[in-house]
Amino acid sequence: MDASAILFYVISALLVLASLMVVFLRNVVHCALALVVALFLIAILFVMLHAPMVGVLQVLVYAGAIMVLFLFVIMFLNPTASEPRPKLWWGFGSLAALLLAASLAALLSNGGAPADPVAATEIFGSPETLAKSLFTDFVLPFEITSVLLLVAIIGAVVLAKREP
Amino acid sequence: MVPLDYYLILGAVIFAIGVIGVLVRRNLIVVLMSIELMLNAVNLTFVAFSRYLGSMQGQVIVFFVMAVAAAEAVIGLAIVISVFRHRRSLDPQEMQLLKW
Repeated sequence: MDASAILFYVISALLVLASLMVVFLRNVVHCALALVVALFLIAILFVMLHAPMVGVLQVLVYAGAIMVLFLFVIMFLNPTASEPRPKLWWGFGSLAALLLAASLAALLSNGGAPADPVAATEIFGSPETLAKSLFTDFVLPFEITSVLLLVAIIGAVVLAKREP
Repeated sequence: MVPLDYYLILGAVIFAIGVIGVLVRRNLIVVLMSIELMLNAVNLTFVAFSRYLGSMQGQVIVFFVMAVAAAEAVIGLAIVISVFRHRRSLDPQEMQLLKW
């Protein structure tokens, strides 16, 4: 077992732990901080998978912008009423998720998957190759994404505006 | 290097944890955070496939997923703020105006 495999096992154990904390902690702020940890660990996995650009974007966009937005809304609303604890729900939800995880894992790891990666070239996953792919093969989705972001900005302003 | 299967199983487990959060938590903000967790599990699967198949397309799609997730978080949180103003509560069970 080499160093990268040990690193993968440590990070995936921490990642599962952080995800469980997101779902099971009572305090919403603690949930948000656990989500930040989970997003950072996923960014580390991206870098290990030769995707440094995506890893940096993950930290900047997710752990930076989106989580600040979440924490801002949590502290803005300051929901004081604690959630009720419906025991039956937890059982059903966990059972459904367990079945889903088992079937997904069985489907995804259904033989056929290559065990060893293609030998990575020096430039694989670099910003140049990502940008080249983005601006040649995926120009139309890129432009549509910009329209989507514009719609999101306008929608957020309209929805969150105080009513006169 | 660990085999691709391990990354896929990790992605499936994280996705299922996100599903638990969406199904059982009764706080709209935590439900939105669980959706972010599910999107990230899918991103992890995309990047793992991109690495093991030697194609850049997976990473490009992760870029788009991040943009859509940002838009989703912004609109979702705006709706949460708007709902909280009217009802003083974040419980999705109380949002039943459209319930038949």
